[in-house]
Amino acid sequence: MKLLAEITEGTRISFEAIRGNLLRSVLTTIGIVIGIVTVTLMATAMEGLNGAFRDAISFIGTDVLYVDQREWFIDSSTKWDAIGKRSKITLPQVRAVERAMSMAKGVAPSVMHQIDSVRFKNRSSGMVMLIGTNDQFLVTGGVTLSSGRFLTKSEANANRDLCVVGSEVAEKLFVNESPLGQKIHAGNESLEVIGVLEKRGSVLGQMSLDNQMIIPIGKMFRGFRWDPSCTIQVKVGDPAHIEAAREELRGLLRKIRKVPPGQGDDFAINQQEQLLAQFKKVSTVIATSGFFITGLSLFVGGIGIMNIMFVSVAERTHEIGIRKAIGAKRRTILLQFLIEAASICLLGGTIALGIAAGVVAVARHFLPVMKVALSPSVVLLALAVALVTGVISGFLPAWRAARMSPVDALRNE
Amino acid sequence: MSLIRLDAICRHYEMGSETVHALRGVSLTIERGEYVAIMGPSGSGKSTLMNLLGCLDSPSSGIYELNGHHVGEMDDDELAEIRNREIGFVFQTFNLLARSSALRNVELPLIYAGVGLEERREIAIAALTDVGLADRLTHKPNEMSGGQRQRVAVARALVNKPSILLADEPTGNLDTRTGAEILELFQNLADKGNTLIVVTHEENVARHAKRIIRVRDGLVASDEPVT
Repeated sequence: MKLLAEITEGTRISFEAIRGNLLRSVLTTIGIVIGIVTVTLMATAMEGLNGAFRDAISFIGTDVLYVDQREWFIDSSTKWDAIGKRSKITLPQVRAVERAMSMAKGVAPSVMHQIDSVRFKNRSSGMVMLIGTNDQFLVTGGVTLSSGRFLTKSEANANRDLCVVGSEVAEKLFVNESPLGQKIHAGNESLEVIGVLEKRGSVLGQMSLDNQMIIPIGKMFRGFRWDPSCTIQVKVGDPAHIEAAREELRGLLRKIRKVPPGQGDDFAINQQEQLLAQFKKVSTVIATSGFFITGLSLFVGGIGIMNIMFVSVAERTHEIGIRKAIGAKRRTILLQFLIEAASICLLGGTIALGIAAGVVAVARHFLPVMKVALSPSVVLLALAVALVTGVISGFLPAWRAARMSPVDALRNE
Repeated sequence: MSLIRLDAICRHYEMGSETVHALRGVSLTIERGEYVAIMGPSGSGKSTLMNLLGCLDSPSSGIYELNGHHVGEMDDDELAEIRNREIGFVFQTFNLLARSSALRNVELPLIYAGVGLEERREIAIAALTDVGLADRLTHKPNEMSGGQRQRVAVARALVNKPSILLADEPTGNLDTRTGAEILELFQNLADKGNTLIVVTHEENVARHAKRIIRVRDGLVASDEPVT
């Protein structure tokens, strides 16, 4: 009760003091404003970046395992050499996995190949990513169709001259006619379009996911790439079982590829998590250095606040004397000046949030991919940082005020 | 038991390499309900004595008992609490908070005593009414005359019902007529049973009291009732 009354009183006094010296208070906060703007923008940018990255890699799927010859991230050159000697993952191995794997919702082979163009009549599409796979890709690749249908199992196994095209390919090749049933040309092959994929967007605004064309895997082997290594995509379905599925898959592959016991795997099982972990490493470095710079500007701002609080205490020495004479304890005086410092910093924090909101709005306009927005947690963080800076930098002046002897303070007119 | 008991109070300060002996062993007692004037020329130690009596300062040695509390052994915060509860100050320069209204100034001791908002407003208004300032509640010090300011100070001093009202040259900054009004107010308070200690160097102010203590060279020179 007493403490509450003292806080209320302290708040009231500090508001009066700030209002009385409004220009001075606002000028004092500039350092804090810069600091808080940096904090806010850093945090918002990191949030935006994380979000954008997460969105970007969502096409990989959180519950899909990718068996490859090599790991997505290789951190030593000796490992590179070892990986170079690994044998290819062949189609029969994929089939063996598909037959034996119990914890999978779908198993699909995939081989990618970039070709210069796909043609229809006199139109050309430009570069297209060919994906050779089978009917299971509908499950493992997380794709949906906007029109037509996907490859069936028998069509895929019989290497029929069929294809499913991405939305961008369809837009480029077909203007007024329906793509379905048309014959398009890729390399020396002539393929009938049976389906068009739903639009999926791009990775960080760069790599389009709609510039794809899906063909039976046998067609890929025969028409485009001689004896490539396959990627096996294994859709687990339930993210909770992903570790168990990973273990099952690993054991299976070791058996199929006849890896002797005691020897390391000659294949790699990749998943989205690895990408995220890699990204986290990078973003941690950015965040750490960013917050270090932010810390510096807050430090400078804090010194400014400390300075002005010393001035404020000196100016009000007589008032401190009066308050002490009529019963203010050390705590009361300490609280009064701490609240004043915190209020000045919160004022700065509020100004800073206004500026940051403006910057974010502009950034949103020019960098739509980032999807930045001032989130409530960032606002809270900014205000908390302002408050803490105020309390820390106000402490020394407030402590000096609290410890004044009432006789000396009263003598100071 | 006496309200105030000083026993061999000494107070010295270090001023550079020199030690200044402001009080050299003051002993006196003041009973509840007394109206006492403390007199002395400047440099006599009367300000130091007042600071000690008002618990603004602690003695270097000696015993000070105020209303049963051993003040000499208290720390800063305990002294603050004693000042808040037991002592009401009236200063020569009024010492009101310039930015606050009369009402806020009078409320302040109640805030530090932890009295709730509504109750303290009520008490403060009553205190200001008692000194004849019911129509000046929202005025700030610079909107009031010297006499009115000193009345606000008296209201503030009395608002926590202290054991002593301690006045330091209360009429020093007032003209004769307003000064007389304040002294009349003091007389009324004394008649109602309040304990008053007035520090002054003006003989005619001191003569309003019932007892005059004269201080000289850090010692009590004389202590006699006003005849």
